[in-house]
Amino acid sequence: MESEWRIFLWTTLSVGLTLSVFSFLYKDNPFYRFTESLYVGIATGYMTIILWYTGLLPTLIDRIWIGQPWWQFWGGKWWYIFPGILGLMMWFRFSKKKAWLSRYPIAFYIGISMGAAIPLEMKNRVNEQLFNTFISPDFSAMAGGFWNGISEIIIIIGVLTGLFYFFFSVPHKGVFGTVAKVGIYTLMIGFGASFGYTVMGRISLFIQRVQTIRDWASTGIEGGGGMSAIVWIFVLFIVLLVLIEMIRHMRKKPTEAV
Amino acid sequence: MKREIPLLIVFVAGCFMAIQFFVPHASSEYVYEFVMDWTIIIGVFAMALGIWSFVKVSLNKINRRQENWQYSIVAMAGLFGMIVFGSSIMKLFGATQVGLESYMFKHFFDYVIIPLHATTFSLLAFYIASAAFRAFKAHSLMATVLLVSALIIMLRFNPFLGPVGEYVGDGAAWILNYPNMAAKRAIGIGIGLGMVATALKVILGIERGYMGSD
Amino acid sequence: MNIFEKLSKLDRRWVFLILAVVVIIALLVDFKTPLRINKEVQSVYDFMEALEPGDYIQMSIDYDPGTIAEMHPMTYAILEQAFKKDVKVIITALSINGPGMAEKAMLDIMDSVRILYGKELVYGEDVAFLGYKPYPGIVILSMGQNYRISFPQDYYGTPVDDLPIMKGIINYDDVKGVILITGTSGVDFWISYANGRYDVELAVGLTGVMAADYYQYLRSGQIFGLMGGMLGAAEYELLVKKPGPAMEAMKVQVWAHIVIIVFIIIGNIGYFISRRKGGVS
Repeated sequence: MESEWRIFLWTTLSVGLTLSVFSFLYKDNPFYRFTESLYVGIATGYMTIILWYTGLLPTLIDRIWIGQPWWQFWGGKWWYIFPGILGLMMWFRFSKKKAWLSRYPIAFYIGISMGAAIPLEMKNRVNEQLFNTFISPDFSAMAGGFWNGISEIIIIIGVLTGLFYFFFSVPHKGVFGTVAKVGIYTLMIGFGASFGYTVMGRISLFIQRVQTIRDWASTGIEGGGGMSAIVWIFVLFIVLLVLIEMIRHMRKKPTEAV
Repeated sequence: MKREIPLLIVFVAGCFMAIQFFVPHASSEYVYEFVMDWTIIIGVFAMALGIWSFVKVSLNKINRRQENWQYSIVAMAGLFGMIVFGSSIMKLFGATQVGLESYMFKHFFDYVIIPLHATTFSLLAFYIASAAFRAFKAHSLMATVLLVSALIIMLRFNPFLGPVGEYVGDGAAWILNYPNMAAKRAIGIGIGLGMVATALKVILGIERGYMGSD
Repeated sequence: MNIFEKLSKLDRRWVFLILAVVVIIALLVDFKTPLRINKEVQSVYDFMEALEPGDYIQMSIDYDPGTIAEMHPMTYAILEQAFKKDVKVIITALSINGPGMAEKAMLDIMDSVRILYGKELVYGEDVAFLGYKPYPGIVILSMGQNYRISFPQDYYGTPVDDLPIMKGIINYDDVKGVILITGTSGVDFWISYANGRYDVELAVGLTGVMAADYYQYLRSGQIFGLMGGMLGAAEYELLVKKPGPAMEAMKVQVWAHIVIIVFIIIGNIGYFISRRKGGVS
């Protein structure tokens, strides 16, 4: 079990970094830049280790060598050397003269991805969706009655007009104009729904950060007098700093739209 | 050699994967599994390429003392620090667990990566509030439709609407399941057709952007 | 210049400050918001409830820390529900910054199930964490053939065949369904490749930003359930009767949304006044 003090120090570091990132809301500053660079570096380091232990070791190295000395690869699945060589060829991307060699593995990967996409994307994004659109509207009481039937007609009209708006290159005038207009209004309702959901999504992220800071502060209080004193001094210091700086700035410069 | 063989590889691999979907014979399944195994291994090397690219750019920045080069030192220190924490070198410092189980590696993920990544994303909450204030205007009927749709979705869990709240909740569910769904379906079908067309162009060698220039 | 016009020219940092203050205060005050359960969330719960002890599910925890706020509550609620019912769970993480969080969620829930329900879960028998592999599309296809293609070893380097939980488990046919919690576009691969090719029973937990885009797949039956953002997570917490961070966050959401709606109204009033004066074309 990790000691309470150790956890407290780690969480204090985490809260300090959180506040450094929030300082960007006021203006760009060295604290923010430091944490931003630190994050990029550490996250890339994390990726490197994850790729080594969960990627390269199990899928390639452990298959070829299965615990033998490195020069004895005949006991394992030696043929995995070939995808290894293909993978290494990617790295010729950095060579000016031999960059063309990197095209082989890229071509292999692209061919596989594109080939897999053709039948599956056609089936799932296009066919399934079209089949599910053009079903006769269900007005039965069990399905929801008249209102359900109307709503299903709205789906057919919405999909057709939406597709018309995107695909038909005839000038959007007269009847075509009306159809395209219905399409764009349907799309607007969809974008509105996405915006409404997005607001919730974005706010959620901030709420979680505030919850974390609150939990850190309350851990400090439960952890003993020393910790809670540090927590509150820390919070007060940050709040004071922010307030003084904001008031000073607002007085000095007239407000302007950013 | 430089262009023809990659084009041939794309064509053969693409045709195999597309046809294999319709011919699930044991022999084709065998090749299919084999091919996917290889692709994942190549993928690992491709990801590593991205990491090396980042290192190269940062080291160049430091060497040439470009603007804000000091921050690249911080990034490099973070990167190599994390690699050391996750490697077996930590045994030299008395660590009992190394690799993915290393104390420092796990704690740097939990207490540095998670808060920094989550907080950076949480800044978007403020920008969306600002955007709502400045840009979300009912300047046309179309914009008004968008605005009303968004407001209904945003109000659906508001407890202060009283008896109206029930209708707003129903309205939001209806919007999501019918007009919104129709709109997203139209966009989705468009994306699907676009993807199939692009894939065909790539396999047939019409689109060659992935090869870069000579 | 009247008050609305002045407000519409306000420095955006005041907007930031107001939002921050409202969120902080709302989190501190005791306030409950009633939630209604939507049928797309209910169907995920019903699926989980219908599972028998010993059944298998796969959970793909495909998000990174950027979306932890919305995704983690879903993961915790579903994992706990599965462990409580003795359902065996195979966990994968197809986002490169995700494995650490997936592991933490698994270990946390194993701990809390031991403390709350006295169940001693054993890694490798009740749950397995296969870890991360790059390129979700190919990995998802390969798991449809055999988990061992992309995951010859688990996250800790143990050969998958040495894990008792994986005995006789070959591919998606051997699991009752996949619960995908994701904040990435990998969801498209899951729908098109896993469901499209292998008919996997698939339910998704998505971020608020993505949720509205996936109702089409719900209607076509390509996914059987959808949890959208914090609201979806809160509804699930309510269903499993385990109030957690998502339910708490919803009370804050109410106030934050009111603030944003007020911002929109003020912005629009300012806009219409300016337009009447001919300030805006």
